[in-house]
Amino acid sequence: MGLAAVPVAALAVFYLWPFTTLVVEAVDAAAVGDAFSRVGTWDTIWFTTWQAIASTVITIVAGLPATWAIARHDFVGRRTLAGLLAAMFVLPTVVMGAAVSALLPDSISRSVTAVLLAHVVFNLAVVVRTVGPVWARLPDDLAHAAQTLGASPFAAWRSVTLPLLGPAIAGAASIVFLFTFTSFGVVRIIGAPGTRTIEVEVWRRATQLGAIGEAAVLALFQLAALAVALIAMVRLQRRLTVALPIATHVRRRRASTARHRLLLGTVVGVTGLLVVAPLAALVIGSFSTPRGWTTEAWRTLGSAEIRPGISLGLDPLGAIERSLSTAAWATAFAVVIGGLAGLAVQATRRAGRLLDVGLALPLATSAVTIGFGMLITFDVDPVDWRASWWLVPVGHALIAVPFVVRTTTNVLRALPPELIAAAATLGASPIRAWREIVVAHLWRPLAVAAALAAAISLGEFGATSFLSRSGGETLPIAVEQLLGRAGALLQAKGNALAAVLAFLTIGVVLVVDRLDRTGARARRRATGDLLLGDAVEPRPELER
Amino acid sequence: MSGVTVHDVSLRFDETIVLDRVNLAVGSGERVALLGPSGSGKSTLLKVIAGLLRPDAGRVEIGGRDVTQVPTHRRGVGFVFQDEQLFPHRSVADNIGFGLKMAGVAKSERRRRSDEWLVRVGLTGFGDRAVTDLSGGEAKRIALARTLIVQPAVVLLDEPLTGLDRDLHDQLRVEVADLLESTGTSSITVTHDHDDAAALGTRTVQLSDLMG
Repeated sequence: MGLAAVPVAALAVFYLWPFTTLVVEAVDAAAVGDAFSRVGTWDTIWFTTWQAIASTVITIVAGLPATWAIARHDFVGRRTLAGLLAAMFVLPTVVMGAAVSALLPDSISRSVTAVLLAHVVFNLAVVVRTVGPVWARLPDDLAHAAQTLGASPFAAWRSVTLPLLGPAIAGAASIVFLFTFTSFGVVRIIGAPGTRTIEVEVWRRATQLGAIGEAAVLALFQLAALAVALIAMVRLQRRLTVALPIATHVRRRRASTARHRLLLGTVVGVTGLLVVAPLAALVIGSFSTPRGWTTEAWRTLGSAEIRPGISLGLDPLGAIERSLSTAAWATAFAVVIGGLAGLAVQATRRAGRLLDVGLALPLATSAVTIGFGMLITFDVDPVDWRASWWLVPVGHALIAVPFVVRTTTNVLRALPPELIAAAATLGASPIRAWREIVVAHLWRPLAVAAALAAAISLGEFGATSFLSRSGGETLPIAVEQLLGRAGALLQAKGNALAAVLAFLTIGVVLVVDRLDRTGARARRRATGDLLLGDAVEPRPELER
Repeated sequence: MSGVTVHDVSLRFDETIVLDRVNLAVGSGERVALLGPSGSGKSTLLKVIAGLLRPDAGRVEIGGRDVTQVPTHRRGVGFVFQDEQLFPHRSVADNIGFGLKMAGVAKSERRRRSDEWLVRVGLTGFGDRAVTDLSGGEAKRIALARTLIVQPAVVLLDEPLTGLDRDLHDQLRVEVADLLESTGTSSITVTHDHDDAAALGTRTVQLSDLMG
């Protein structure tokens, strides 16, 4: 199939080859020995693991009350709160890191606490969207039955509701664990002493220490560790699963008693504060310096002077422009590659499935690993592409492609072939029938996928950390560089730029949401079901 | 007096008045069948008595005590739900023993007493089965055992015989009537079927006659 040629080539050149290079680098006894004997390696592994477990547990504990409020109740602002949580989830990681840093007092703004808080705010939406649909449909009478048998409302929740939510909670926990185990942007932006995840360590050894072999070993070690963890979690989920009695329709209710209202109000208030406060702090932080309130950071955003005459060598305004054009190209690449792949997957059988799986591989590999692989592959003639303008957009596209492919194949799969046959019997030529039927159904989901690709590209930090060159900074890279420097004005500028990035991303997501809502039928199929039903939408930075 | 008394209970959902000044007195050990067309508010009245719904006005007394402000789990009512509402994640024995567990009864004692009740409802040896594997009639019997084992002051049954095929329906009707009679507990059975009402109640009332 000619259709498949472009996506197959892209996959082979930009994913399989770099990944192979990485493996070759890692298969080296000396590198393996060095990787694990270097001081701090085991500390890094230990920190990565415990912070992921802690983040997951806190997220679940904080997310369940929010889920209870949103899934079970009808209250003013319910949709807004759900939307805010979803917006947090798609925020770029550097924005979340910067926002939480801006929120917390100086004594803990660069600490493990900040890292954990950022992870929690980020991932609340995972709990709400994974557990919520199950909780909303649990029949009230199950808990009622427990209460008539003498269980207090809390005992009924603990002994009946909670166990029935078990599989959904385990699902949410797996996703949050995956995201936080591979945390990169948040950890680097917050930059707390002693907090290095394996992802950060891969980046540090590869780019700061020049220890390519060791970095490759660690990247593969992380991949293996994640595979083991995921298998364990899928097992757990399966063990917890029970056949659920599901209410046919969801009935959300208002709080009936004063106590109920107080509880609901508290949960909604705290959750709302948790998501609004960091963003507000970010904006406030862009106007505040030790010398008082000032718009200086915004007025002089075009320069990155440390002192008069000495500049950081980066152009914040240029970074905005570069991020926008990078996102445009990445989106174009992703839509072309993903769209063609989707059509090819649908048109061919066995080979198509292989392509389908192949194009989902970048999802299973961390963005850092992808960027790292590309960096060490495309650095020798005739493929020394490090200076090429398109390398960064291609890296971003690779990360976004799986979502486009899934969107396309889902739409095509749901399209009854009789429709095209009907068009043919009505006198449409094959190409005309295809245009009238397939294209008509495909464009809106593709537009949604394109917007998601744009959001992914705007916030992408992991792969870009490897591929970006001096003078070619994208917004997330510029934010990291500004915030990584001492100096109140530079910090304020970092916050300002992070705020710009936040609102750009939220703007894109709002477009997605609008398109998504008008295309009601294409909805669930179009975006989210790649990972877990419609539970999760992709996060731009894709630190899964 | 003991039993259940409902005084002038009213309840509306949004604009619809579901219960309008309902009065009902059920004596100790009395079995009342509550008749009415579907959607007339019979189940709603049961839920008000159980404390699962709060009335807008009126009082509910159980055993001579005003329980209008008492939460469900402290009212001592048993409730047999129309679709049983067995806990899908617990075994048959754990379902039957749930109320005893809430009352702090030790595990071995719970097991012994739920085994007794399994014998009583004709399902000897079913203790370790999953409730999701039960037939409709079996599930109904387990729901009855789960409710009656804690000896509630009053048992509320919401359409206990709907959704069963004819033979099973007739057979269960006899069994339920026998169980209610042998335990001697007060009961209110909601049904839309006159024959069921006659079999399960010592007195039959129409919901419409209870409204003021």
